[in-house]
Amino acid sequence: MTPSSRRQSGLQVSFFNWLGMVPFALFAALFLILPTIQIVFGAFRTVDGGVTFNNIIGLGAPNILAAIWLSMKISLLTAFLGCLFGLLLAIAVTRGGLPQWLRDASLTFSGVASNFAGVPLAFAFIATLGRLGIVTVILRDVFNINLAGAGFNLISFSGLTLAYLYFQIPLMLLIITPALDGLKREWREAAESLGADGIEYWRRVALPVLWPSLLGTFALLFANAFGAVATAMALTGSSLSIVPILLFAQIRGDVLQDPHLGYAIAFAMIAITGIANLIYIVLRSRAERWQK
Amino acid sequence: MKLSRIASWFTFSLGTLFFFLPLLATFEFSLRARRGVYSFDAYQSVLSDPQFRETFIYSIVMALFTIVIGLAIVTPTAFWVRLKLPKLRPYVEFITLLPLVIPPIVIVFGYIRLYNTSSWLPLTGTVTGTNILLMFGYATLSLPYLYRAVDTGLRTIDIRTLTEAAQSLGAGWTTIILRLILPNVLVALLSGAFLTFAIVIGEYVLAALLDRPAFGPYMVWMGGNKAYEPAALAVIAFAITWACMALIQLLTRFSRHAKAPT
Repeated sequence: MTPSSRRQSGLQVSFFNWLGMVPFALFAALFLILPTIQIVFGAFRTVDGGVTFNNIIGLGAPNILAAIWLSMKISLLTAFLGCLFGLLLAIAVTRGGLPQWLRDASLTFSGVASNFAGVPLAFAFIATLGRLGIVTVILRDVFNINLAGAGFNLISFSGLTLAYLYFQIPLMLLIITPALDGLKREWREAAESLGADGIEYWRRVALPVLWPSLLGTFALLFANAFGAVATAMALTGSSLSIVPILLFAQIRGDVLQDPHLGYAIAFAMIAITGIANLIYIVLRSRAERWQK
Repeated sequence: MKLSRIASWFTFSLGTLFFFLPLLATFEFSLRARRGVYSFDAYQSVLSDPQFRETFIYSIVMALFTIVIGLAIVTPTAFWVRLKLPKLRPYVEFITLLPLVIPPIVIVFGYIRLYNTSSWLPLTGTVTGTNILLMFGYATLSLPYLYRAVDTGLRTIDIRTLTEAAQSLGAGWTTIILRLILPNVLVALLSGAFLTFAIVIGEYVLAALLDRPAFGPYMVWMGGNKAYEPAALAVIAFAITWACMALIQLLTRFSRHAKAPT
């Protein structure tokens, strides 16, 4: 075999190899990459195709800024509470001396519940804490507590926060449990033999090790809440103007009278969830150093 | 009992309360349609609603098509990347995770603008075209789960040796994929399929914005117009999700037992 023919057959093999990727590449390009690029480019285009920053500047309009701020608030709050309660639950099931099957059951349940953002979740909370919900009725009839009178309204910020926690806490539990398992027993023993008590062990050994995991998951939960729309839509209609609901209304009926402003809102969403996910990825790779 | 153990039980009980109360409440609420007594009236009203049947069947058919097309794209790709192009793995993995980063509402917005009636591929111009677009949209949403399921399945078998053995016996690529790889990763594929099914059945944003008569938009419409029927729908949706998850668990356990003797 001459060198040139060998090179040729090598080229043929690699060409054949790449051919196997065509269906996936085509699918990803048409239904994931190109639509996203369309949005990103559209955010910097005028109606007749010129380059502009006016769409991005248009994000500064009071109603859009208010929506972004509201989305930020709810995402930060549910991410924080999700992390807190998820961590406490994870600690309880991994090292609280609870039976093993409870831990397995919790993880399985979390796998389902973390994917449960959606319309049924909203209905479940209406049936629980809505005007005729079972908890509302029991509190009113048995304990004589009027939820609405106490300022609680399910179709509001606090109601949506509670509903979001239903998928945020399980997601935290799922991600943080392996990290907790990564805390080695020897570390605790070493800390104790050096005279540390439980609180000192958590403050000076466990938490510093868990810190990247906690922050990373916080970022992931933030992005998770920021992109969610179905639950909010079914729970509050369009009365709570968060970013995805604003975008939904814009796509449906061009309420902002400017299609390119829609691109800018969508672009802002990608940018925010993208940054949050980037933080998650960077911190997770740092956290994995301890899990080997 | 140690203090930490009491605290754990306390935390766990609170968690259980938070997660099970809404489930119980939904069920209780769905039984309240008739004044004064519990009844299944809400379910009867839902099940006899022709719109329920239409949207439910539409979403089931959609889910089945999505599973077929999703697996047809993901399985050969995951196999090929492991066998021939391992260097590409991080990139392919990155792409498959993108649907978790880009919110679905943004993706579908891109579809609407990219495939509108005046574009080079006017998918939204016809009903069939929109259905196809929605199906690929669902395949995109389930891509992260499907790819991970299949890739995990492939990791457990030595595909290189198996493929070389088959090739030396004269098998072509179709035979290798259909008769060698598929049976070996069947459990993984089924897990991915059930997960996809659960995602597609309840999905709202894509179907609503592409204006297709799916189960998700129907649920939202009911939520705005009826009192007890939405709770019944939620129970039905919960039941489907849980059935899918239970089947996945069952399959995984079953396959572990089947492989144990070797």
